[in-house]
Amino acid sequence: MKRFAFATVSTIAIAAGSSVVAEPQAEVLHWWTSGGEAKSVAVLQEEFASNGGTWTDMPVAGGGGDAAMTALRARVLAGNAPTAVQLKGPAIQEWYEEGVLADISSVAEAEGWADVLPASIAGHMKCEGTWCAAPVNVHRVDWIWANADVLAANGIEMPTTWDEFNAAADKLQAAGVIPLAHGGQAWQDATVFETVVLGIGGPEFFQKALVDLDPEALTSDTMVQAFDQMRTLRGYVDENFSGRDWNLATAMVMNGEAAFQIMGDWAKGEFLAAGKTPGEDFLCASTPGDGYLYNVDSFAMFDVDGDDKKAGQDLLAKLIVAPNFQKVFNLNKGSIPARTDVGLDDFDICANLSAEDMGATSASGSLLPSYAHGMALRGSQAGAITDVVTAHFNSDMSSADAVQQLADAVANSY
Amino acid sequence: MSEWLENHLPKVVLAPSFIAVLIFVYGFIGWTAWVSLTRSKLLPKYEIKGFIQYERLFDSPRWDTAINNLYIFGALFIVIAMVLGLLLAILLDQKIRVEGAIRTIYLYPMALSMIVTGTAWKWILNPGLGIESMVQGWGFTNFEFDWLVNPDYAIYTIVMAAIWQSSGFVMALFLAGLRSVDGEIIKAAQVDGIPTWRIYTAIIIPSMAPIFLSAFIVLAHLAIKSFDLVIALTGGGPGYATDLPATYMYAMAFSRGDIGQAASSAMIMMLVVFAIVVPYLYSELRAKND
Repeated sequence: MKRFAFATVSTIAIAAGSSVVAEPQAEVLHWWTSGGEAKSVAVLQEEFASNGGTWTDMPVAGGGGDAAMTALRARVLAGNAPTAVQLKGPAIQEWYEEGVLADISSVAEAEGWADVLPASIAGHMKCEGTWCAAPVNVHRVDWIWANADVLAANGIEMPTTWDEFNAAADKLQAAGVIPLAHGGQAWQDATVFETVVLGIGGPEFFQKALVDLDPEALTSDTMVQAFDQMRTLRGYVDENFSGRDWNLATAMVMNGEAAFQIMGDWAKGEFLAAGKTPGEDFLCASTPGDGYLYNVDSFAMFDVDGDDKKAGQDLLAKLIVAPNFQKVFNLNKGSIPARTDVGLDDFDICANLSAEDMGATSASGSLLPSYAHGMALRGSQAGAITDVVTAHFNSDMSSADAVQQLADAVANSY
Repeated sequence: MSEWLENHLPKVVLAPSFIAVLIFVYGFIGWTAWVSLTRSKLLPKYEIKGFIQYERLFDSPRWDTAINNLYIFGALFIVIAMVLGLLLAILLDQKIRVEGAIRTIYLYPMALSMIVTGTAWKWILNPGLGIESMVQGWGFTNFEFDWLVNPDYAIYTIVMAAIWQSSGFVMALFLAGLRSVDGEIIKAAQVDGIPTWRIYTAIIIPSMAPIFLSAFIVLAHLAIKSFDLVIALTGGGPGYATDLPATYMYAMAFSRGDIGQAASSAMIMMLVVFAIVVPYLYSELRAKND
């Protein structure tokens, strides 16, 4: 019996081996499984198939990618990594340091990626000078969304400084409107925090504090002010915010229960899905202050054996960055293309604003990675900061204590 | 052949599970202990670097919160569930009508998974949806019950949900214990005119000592490994106010890519379990030897 099974397996193996004439194969691990996201992946899948490739889908939903990362770890430890994996930011470098990423520089150079991607975003796609990942989109994180009717009824303009925001919020609160729709989950607290740090400290301070983790910046007065502003914001959320999902907070803005929400541009998808028009029903603007915080989704390419898989990897990388996919995918997902030479006529005004700001901030050096969404720091450092931010926001901790804890937590996270 | 089989059958049958336990329980405990001494991040590494992960662990305010929560949750959960379970069992033991039906009702929460319990209680305790808004809707607008979203009290909501889930099970344990007490002794006591409460405190409860121990062990390990209830009820929040060691370990291992740190917290959890189970085993083994 055993011998028979063995014979069968080897026959299949031989049959499979002989049919290999480098037909592109790709196994793709991702966690885009919900509505608009699944549709976006299907676009890539179709393009891949129409170029003669065989796509093996490996969607692992759950935990904002935690489940997928667990699956990836198991696959890599078993010596059988998928062709491409949805990874982003420093996680790409972390996997590179484990020595499991492939070099796709030949594709990147042939396609001229360096000329069409903003330099700081291209930096994330390179591992010690060679290209190892392909960017899919750019989400802007520092957005503030508002209900247009609520603002008009209370005579409020979109705020451009945090002081203006506070004044507007006081007015709204007096009028019985919840000023800020917020969900009390750690990552949402972190999202608001980083926009506050960017707004109060400016791009240079953001870089020093939340990217370089300079201890002086972390314990500076500017950081104390940022925590003070967080405490002020805590007064502007309703008492029932704990544990609320972000899309429920978006719904509060939509139906006029709340005026503002600070959230990345995936919130726009919720507005659009509810049939709202940007500029008329809801307003989008960057959060008070300068700069641009990006959250770039990308596919990291893992080392695989076999010409068919390598061919699949190269084809995949080429298609991902090609203008057609960048456009169709991002129209579905609500983000903007990572490459700067894609026409944006079909995109809405918020996406156009985002693209315009991306170009401008890229030139002025204030195009910065989002810490809250895993672009700026490694998991343990980002997590340590988030712990302090969420503990401060959800208690009566003083800003001075928070700053001290922040420095300690960062020092303890290596 | 058949004689050999007869002599060795128990060993042969037990061997696979023995080997499996040896590898998958004790083998991996050893593996975790090893990894906890390394600087493992995303993937396990095997180069020993000393006790750095334990130092980081004890420097972390979040771990402090998790351990304190474990003490609060464990103590309250075990004590209240046992007292409540015993009380219910004694009341049920009064030869009441439809005892079977009532017993089933109390035992029923045990049939639910902790995720369901947690989600249901999340809605019940949510200030905007549950008890608070209901009582306020009755006209008592000053009524406040915001424990779920109050970082100082959120851990007690987890205690409440866990007790609701488990006290019926403890009741069933105690009921079986009460029924196993020799009826002759109780009758003799009643003939002597001893009041019922004295019969319980002086005769029945002391004779149930082994049941108390079993209930304690079951509840203690439920408390230490609690994970799903926290995830469903509060998600560890507000902030990380309701983190328990198990959720801390999960966050480190699966969200933060900090396997060494996760392994060290797992080792501490295991030591806590040992601290409870080893004295129990010791007393059990000694009782057998006597």
